[in-house]
Amino acid sequence: MNPVNYLYLAALLFTIGASGVLIRRNAIVVFMCIELMLNACNLALVAFSRMHGNLDGQIIAFFTMVVAAAEVVIGLAIIVSLFRSRHSASVDDASLMKL
Amino acid sequence: MENLIALLVAAPLLGAAVLLCGGRRLDRAGHWIGTALAAASFVTGVVLFTDMLGRGAEDRALHQHLYSWIPVEGFQADVAFQLDQLSMTFVLLITGVGTLIHIYSIGYMEHDERRRRFFGYLNLFLAAMLILVIADNYLLLYVGWEGVGLASYLLIGFWQHKPSAATAAKKAFLVNRVGDMGLSIAIMLMFTTFGTFAFGPVLGATGDTSEGKLTAIGLMLLLAACGKSAQVPLQSWLGDAMEGPTPVSALIHAATMVTAGVYLIVRSGAIFNGAPDAQLVVVVVGAVTLLFGAIVGCAKDDIKKALAGSTMSQIGYMILAAGLGPIGYVFAIMHLVTHGFFKAGLFLGAGSVMHGMNDEVDMRKYGGLRKYMPVTFVTFGLGYLAIIGFPGLSGFFSKDMIIEAAFAKGGTEGWILGSVTLLGAAITAFYMTRVMLLTFFGEKRWQPDAEGHEPHPHESPKSMTIPMIVLAFGSVFAGGFFSIGDRFMHWLEPVTGHDHGHAPVSAATVTAATMVVLVIGVAIAWAMYGRKPVPAVAPRGSLLTRAARRDLLQDDFNHVVLVRGGEHLTRSLVYVDHTLVDGVVNGTAASMGGLSGRLRKLQNGYARSYAVSMFGGAAVLIAATLLMRAV
Repeated sequence: MNPVNYLYLAALLFTIGASGVLIRRNAIVVFMCIELMLNACNLALVAFSRMHGNLDGQIIAFFTMVVAAAEVVIGLAIIVSLFRSRHSASVDDASLMKL
Repeated sequence: MENLIALLVAAPLLGAAVLLCGGRRLDRAGHWIGTALAAASFVTGVVLFTDMLGRGAEDRALHQHLYSWIPVEGFQADVAFQLDQLSMTFVLLITGVGTLIHIYSIGYMEHDERRRRFFGYLNLFLAAMLILVIADNYLLLYVGWEGVGLASYLLIGFWQHKPSAATAAKKAFLVNRVGDMGLSIAIMLMFTTFGTFAFGPVLGATGDTSEGKLTAIGLMLLLAACGKSAQVPLQSWLGDAMEGPTPVSALIHAATMVTAGVYLIVRSGAIFNGAPDAQLVVVVVGAVTLLFGAIVGCAKDDIKKALAGSTMSQIGYMILAAGLGPIGYVFAIMHLVTHGFFKAGLFLGAGSVMHGMNDEVDMRKYGGLRKYMPVTFVTFGLGYLAIIGFPGLSGFFSKDMIIEAAFAKGGTEGWILGSVTLLGAAITAFYMTRVMLLTFFGEKRWQPDAEGHEPHPHESPKSMTIPMIVLAFGSVFAGGFFSIGDRFMHWLEPVTGHDHGHAPVSAATVTAATMVVLVIGVAIAWAMYGRKPVPAVAPRGSLLTRAARRDLLQDDFNHVVLVRGGEHLTRSLVYVDHTLVDGVVNGTAASMGGLSGRLRKLQNGYARSYAVSMFGGAAVLIAATLLMRAV
C-alpha cells in the first residue's frame, strides 16, 4: 500500500484533533483531542520512517509517546484539581489570567 | 616694599575674622581692634605712598604675586596685586576715610549691643574694597566687587529688626546683582577675546581688537558700574540704602563703594578709548544720573535721602567725566577724592545731627540747630561750601575741571554736556543750600514725640566730632592742594593718560559761568527756605516735586516694567509649559495608553482563543515558508 495514504490519515486525524481543541469546552475532551494530535504526528513520523527507510522517525515517535505519557499525568492532575476548585471542567471557566 | 601690599588687605581681613568669629568675649574691645586694624592698613598705605613718591613717575607701579589661584592649562587666575598711582589714590582714600569713620562709629554705635559685629562688617568692607582696587586682574577685582556688595548688604540691613532695613538690604543686593552680571559677562568676553583677564595684557591688547568687541565689553562694564555706583537705570537702591547706620552711608554709600564704578571705567580706560559708542553711552548715563539725582535731592525731606540724591548726582559727574575719555579720567578721580572728603563729612554731620535729635531724619523737624551743635554746624557748613563749589574749596576745583572738560569734548556734544553740568551745578547749589537752611537756620521746629520726649539737641562726643573736623580740613584744602601746579594730573597721568581737548571757551569763562549758576541756585533756595518760615509739614508741591519725592517714580517704573512684566512673562511661560510641553508629553502617554488598552483586549483569558492564535500563527509561518520555497 502506498505510504502516502498514512500521511493523509495523519493529516485528517491532526485536523480532527485541532478542531476539537478549538471547539470543545470540556477540558477532558480538549485533552483527548491533544492526544489525538500527538498520535497523528506519531503516525506521520512512522510513515516517514517507512518512506525514507531509516529508523529516525520511529525513535522520535517513541520520544513523543514518553512525553505524551508524562503530559497525561500532569494534564489530568491539573484538570482534576481544576474541577475540584470550581466544580466545572470547562476550559472557558478557567479565565483568571484575563485582565 | 611690594611685600607690604598684601598687608593692606590682611589687616582688615584679620580684623573681620577675629571680630566675627571671636564671640561675645570681644564685645568690650571689639571696636578698638577694628579701628586699630583699619589704622594699621592706613599706615601701611602711607608707607607705600611715601615709597612710591621716592621713585620716578614711570616705575612707580608695584606688583605682588601672592599665589596662583586656579592654575589650569590655558586658564591662569592669579591672586596678584598691582599698586600704581590710581590704586594708591584709592588705597589712601579708602583706608583714610575708613579709619576716620571707624573712629566716628565708636561714638555713634556706642549704645548698640551689636557694635562688635558692626566693626567686623566694616573691616570686611575695607578688605574687600582694597582687594577691588589693588587687584591686578579682573577676576580678582570681581572678588572684591562681590565682597563689597556683601558688606554693603550686611551693613544696610544691620538693623535687621526693622523690616524697612531688611527690605532695603535685599533691594540693594538684588539691584547690584544685575550689575554684577554685567561684570561677569565682561570678564568672560575678555577671556574669549584676549585669552586672559590680567590688566596688563588686556589693556595692552585693545589696539588689535575689533571695535565691536570692545564696545560689547565696554557696555557690560558700564552695566556693572551702573549697579555699583547707583547710576540710571540701576539707581533705585541707593536711596533705600540710607536705612543703614549713618557711618555706613558715609563710608560705603558716599565715599568709597559707590565710586567703584568710576574706578572700573577709569581702570578700563583703554577699552573705552577704543569704543566711542560705549563712551557715548557712559556720558549719557552720567549726564542723566547727574540731573536725576540732583532733582531727587531737591525734594527729599529726609536729610540722608537728600544727601543720597546728591551722591548719585556727584557720581554722575564722575561717570560723565570718565566717559569723556582721556580728557576727563583725571578729573573724574580728582572729583571722586574730594567728594570722598566732603560727602563723608556731610554724612557724618547728618549722623551727628540725628544723634542729637533722637534719630529724627526729617529736616522739617530740625531748624536753628547751629546754636546747639556748633562743631557739627561748622564742619557741615564747610562740606556744604565744598560741594556747591564755593571758590577756593575742594569742590570748586574738581567740579570746575569736569565742567571745563565737558565743554572741551568739542562740538555740539560738548555744548550739551557743558550745559548739563552747569545746570547740575545750579541744582546742587539749590538742594544743598536747602539742606543747610532747613537744618541749621530758621526757627526750631522740633516737637515732643508721641511719648512726650522732647529732643534735646546737643553736640556729639569727641570721637564723632574729630573725624568730622579732619574731613572738613580735607573738604577745604584737598582741591586746592591737588590743583596747584596740576599736581594731581601729573600724579595720575602715567596711568590714565591726559588730553586737553579743544575748549570752545576759556577756562575763566567757564569758572565765571559756574559762579553765576552757583549764586542763582543759592539765591533761589534762600528765597524759598531762608526768607520765610518753613512749614513743618511738607506742602503738596508741584507735579515734579511730588514725582521727585517718590524718587522720580523709579520704583513705580521698576514695578510696572520689571515686576509686572516679569510676572506676565512667567505666566506666559507657565502657559506654554502647560499647553505645549506638557501637551506633547501627556499626549504621547495618552496615545500609548489607548493603544495598549486596545492591545490588552487580546488577552481575554480563554485558552481556546490562545490556541486559535497559535494555530493561526503556525499556519501563517508554514504558508510563508512554503511560499518562499516556491519562489
